Amino acid sequence: MTVTETKPAAAPTVTETITAPVPSRGARFTGAAANYIDERTSISGLVKELGRKIFPDHWSFMLGEVALYSFVVILLSGTFLTFFFQPSMAVVTYQGSYVPLKGIEMSAAYSSSLNISFDVRGGLLFRQIHHWAALLFIAAIGLHMLRVFFTGAFRKPREINWFIGFILFVLAMAEGFTGYSLPDDLLSGNGLQIINGIIKGIPVVGTWISYLLFGGEFPGTKLVALFYSVHILLLPAILVAALGAHLLLMIINKHTQFAGPGRTNDNVVGVPIMPIFAAKAGGFFFVVFGVIVLIASFFTINPIWTYGPYDPSPVSAGTQPDWYIGFADGMLRLIPPGWEVVFFNHTYSFNIIVITVILIAFLAIVATYPFVEAWITGDKREHHIAERPRNAPTRTAIGAAGVTFYAVLWAAASSDLMATHFKVTIEGVIHVLQVLFFLGPVLAFFITKRVCLGLQKKDREIALHGYESGRIVRLPGGEYIEVHEQLDDYERWRLVSFNEHQPLVLQADANGQISGAQRTRAALSRWFFEDRIAPATKTDLERSSEHH
Amino acid sequence: MAKKSMTTNTGSTGRRGRRHPLATVALIMIGLVTTGGAYALFSSTASAEPSSVNTQASVDEGKKLFSSNCATCHGLNAEGVDGVGPSLYGVGAASVSFQVGTGRMPLANQGPQAEKKPVQFTNEQVSSLAEYVASLAPGPAIPSSKYLQADGNASTGAELFRVNCAMCHNVAGAGGALTEGKYAPALAGVLPVHIYEAMVSGPQSMPVFNDTNLTPTQKADIITYLKYLDKNPSPGGFDLGSLGPVSEGLFIWIFGLGAIVAVTIWIAAKAN
Repeated sequence: MTVTETKPAAAPTVTETITAPVPSRGARFTGAAANYIDERTSISGLVKELGRKIFPDHWSFMLGEVALYSFVVILLSGTFLTFFFQPSMAVVTYQGSYVPLKGIEMSAAYSSSLNISFDVRGGLLFRQIHHWAALLFIAAIGLHMLRVFFTGAFRKPREINWFIGFILFVLAMAEGFTGYSLPDDLLSGNGLQIINGIIKGIPVVGTWISYLLFGGEFPGTKLVALFYSVHILLLPAILVAALGAHLLLMIINKHTQFAGPGRTNDNVVGVPIMPIFAAKAGGFFFVVFGVIVLIASFFTINPIWTYGPYDPSPVSAGTQPDWYIGFADGMLRLIPPGWEVVFFNHTYSFNIIVITVILIAFLAIVATYPFVEAWITGDKREHHIAERPRNAPTRTAIGAAGVTFYAVLWAAASSDLMATHFKVTIEGVIHVLQVLFFLGPVLAFFITKRVCLGLQKKDREIALHGYESGRIVRLPGGEYIEVHEQLDDYERWRLVSFNEHQPLVLQADANGQISGAQRTRAALSRWFFEDRIAPATKTDLERSSEHH
Repeated sequence: MAKKSMTTNTGSTGRRGRRHPLATVALIMIGLVTTGGAYALFSSTASAEPSSVNTQASVDEGKKLFSSNCATCHGLNAEGVDGVGPSLYGVGAASVSFQVGTGRMPLANQGPQAEKKPVQFTNEQVSSLAEYVASLAPGPAIPSSKYLQADGNASTGAELFRVNCAMCHNVAGAGGALTEGKYAPALAGVLPVHIYEAMVSGPQSMPVFNDTNLTPTQKADIITYLKYLDKNPSPGGFDLGSLGPVSEGLFIWIFGLGAIVAVTIWIAAKAN
């Protein structure tokens, strides 16, 4: 473009050749400034490298961005809150604007949180922005994880990044929980009391850990100060570092893309960071920010003023943690009573430790799933094409089982509200959920797997024979046929381009032995891949196209 | 236009002496409004000082109402029927006023607990019933109106509410679940007199908070706090039912994340 424009201009007159190469003042300044910076930082290499990074376009690829942007909103609003919050459990008498708490003794932390809500200009809005953004942050992380899981985007070379992402998820929950405890209101205190119980349920060391954490008997006087440092310094620092690593690895590994015309395992088709993606992402940041501010302006979150100051004696009905801790609370509600034995005058209680073990096991499975799947399938290839969930039926079914498991626990956390709102007994809700705890994931697994296989069959059918058009044609010989509408090559490509996996075959090692691990692995691999639909091959397609 | 008005004029002169077809309806309306208004006026004056009109006539009226509406379950002399309805000796006027005045009694059907429903009796009939039951045996009386003005100390009331009531009714008075399908109801919009009566009579699963437990002034403070919550909507905006983190979580997943996912789909669609 530039070449074709400059050539005719340069030829005719002398005056034009002098004026043409002289850029405008603005361009000269930008050029000089860019040069100044580049000579001192060598940043051009980085800009060149990053600016040309390509990002494929799909709505689900933006969920991680949502998490990132809400995190930025959290950092900004949180900084504002630190100006006014007093992380101290010293007893003060409230003299602020909220009438039903006037003259009540409370901690400085709670009093300053109330002042932020009622007496600092814009304070309540910032508090609500901070809290809503936190809920959105973790929700976006959850959805992002589900997207990565169900499209198999965690496969080699991205297993480590999945693990880092998992760490981010746990850190985000920890951030949420410490933040929830800071205002020192009744609800957060009740939540801490539950955590205290869980910690004390750890055999032998539980009581010691509890005393260490709370600086003595619960609730103590040190917790808010401790959690404050953890919440605003320690966890954010680790979170930002892990986030950096997460993004860096994403850039190094490149982004996955869905199969499509021209999109293969060896390329990335999309828009470059500079300028299109950056502009879109920048705009999207403001959209996310806007949605959060809009919600925070119109909807109350965590009305600490109705909860009152923390006092170990009262417990409110309907006490729940924020949604991301709900699954742990639900697990507590599902454990049947009476799981304890008396042995040599000591009571050994298992109803808490069992919960801790189940929850940790669940999180451990989530954290290590990519490595486990890679081991079972024996797949050592690199994968840059995001799989459609139906093309990995067993994985999708495992995911669905996991989601159901989580959902049952999540539902259990609001068992009391379900009982009152749907006019059923709380025991009924709990018993149904206890059954679903075991049955739900199993049902979800089989149903999902069958649905995936069914969808795959349908895809294969369509790829080979096209859509039924409903048009019946009578041939000259008198034969009636239904005309099938054929797909074009682009559409067909989307349907047929996926990998077929075979179960691992047991092979003897160098010594002619077959180890136990090998056997398990082969059995698991068979379980993973025994039901499968082969993608339509080239010969299949050619044969079917001759047919029609 | 002119033609039309002409015809209507001639029409009305033609039918002089006949009533407009809507006149009957209007007459009935006027009749209903005046009697209803007068009745409302009368019944509100009657309820203003219910305890002072403790007459034998009222008690007799209450006994009649009791025999026809309550005796099936509570027995002809309020002595109770085994397995059906409890004895009402000693429950006092407060209990009757609460149970009948909120529509919980007469019971619509046997269930985990009596539901609030439209009141079946007039205020006068309710107080007659209350007087009759109170005449059988001493029990908590209908509270004096000086405790029901919601002009006490809201802070003390809030603190007492958190310590005594919040474990069932929730700190924001949003209600909560109890065992076997029973529940503590939400307290928004409950009349001060019913709040007070519930505290002194302990309806259903609720414990009795007698005057040594919570003094009348403290009860008045609790009423003040609950009325404060009624009068002052949440300063943070819509309160999502005051149900705490569950409704907040549902909201952010459905509307927050929902809106943002809609935007991502829109952005990605534009690119294609």
